[in-house]
Amino acid sequence: MRRVLLFIPVALAVALGIVLFAGIGKDPNRLESALIGKPVPAFELADLQNPDAVHHDNVFKGQVSLLNVWGTWCPACRDEHGDLVRLANVEGVRIIGLNYKDNRDAALQWLDRLGNPYALSLFDPQGKLGFDLGVYGAPETYVIDAEGIVRYRHVGVVNERVWLDVLQPLLQQYGGQG
Amino acid sequence: MHRVLMLFVLLVMPVAATAVSEVYPFDSSADQERFRTLMSELRCPKCQNQNIFDSNAPIAKDMRDEVYRMLQDGATDQEVKNALVSRFGEFVLYKPEFSQRTVLLWVTPLIAVLGGVLIVIGVILRSRQREDDTAPLSEEERRKAERILSGDDNSPR
Repeated sequence: MRRVLLFIPVALAVALGIVLFAGIGKDPNRLESALIGKPVPAFELADLQNPDAVHHDNVFKGQVSLLNVWGTWCPACRDEHGDLVRLANVEGVRIIGLNYKDNRDAALQWLDRLGNPYALSLFDPQGKLGFDLGVYGAPETYVIDAEGIVRYRHVGVVNERVWLDVLQPLLQQYGGQG
Repeated sequence: MHRVLMLFVLLVMPVAATAVSEVYPFDSSADQERFRTLMSELRCPKCQNQNIFDSNAPIAKDMRDEVYRMLQDGATDQEVKNALVSRFGEFVLYKPEFSQRTVLLWVTPLIAVLGGVLIVIGVILRSRQREDDTAPLSEEERRKAERILSGDDNSPR
């Protein structure tokens, strides 16, 4: 019995080792969104191209979409833009853009020059919807199902690997094309 | 001239250091205090080891503005925390709420202390028991010991 007790420190050390080892390689900057399983927050935002048109949260109803948060001030957004254009044109994904804390002219110029992957562009210069979504750093990409429920958030650049490993399976799961 | 300039700089410096709080004016100093406490308890999601008071990330500023706006609207501390947790997740609380998910987190120190106390009690009880075991020498052993000590021990060793 006494001898068994001697193994307790070893067992504790092994358990601690396993716990710590599991944490290696995890990026602490990737936080799960607090909105997973909840509807997109209500909003009322102007269209980027057409300042007079106003969009509401019903733009997400009826079809699975990606919501991409971007701004011309964000270098990583420039990095992923080509991939977004490809997703929209080749894979036929419906992407809704949220132009976050940006300048309208700069944003329009950017879309002119690099192509426009967005089925619809929301203009959010104050970052109101961004704040309600819990955006803490662009680019962020959300998977939103046909009922307007947030299903997933990806923080960082969307590239081929992210699309194949993460986004495409999710879009298929929630019934979108691609 | 230089001395006067230096004096001026020294006079102005402490004012500059408290300038941050002056961006958010409150009617009562109690509210001001609540605001400061809340800001030091809320964690910036972008620069993860800073609270929203220390951080100069844009998102931390947005969070400060929101906390300020809610306090001005008469929100309680709990309402402010809930509003931010619903957007950014439990992560923003430096002091997580007690819930089913965080039970282990809160209870572990208690378990550790109780475990330590149990071990100490065990050690004490065991040493008491050992004292009881060491009964005084029997009559024969005592005579033998006396012989050895007096030096005329001729028994085989």
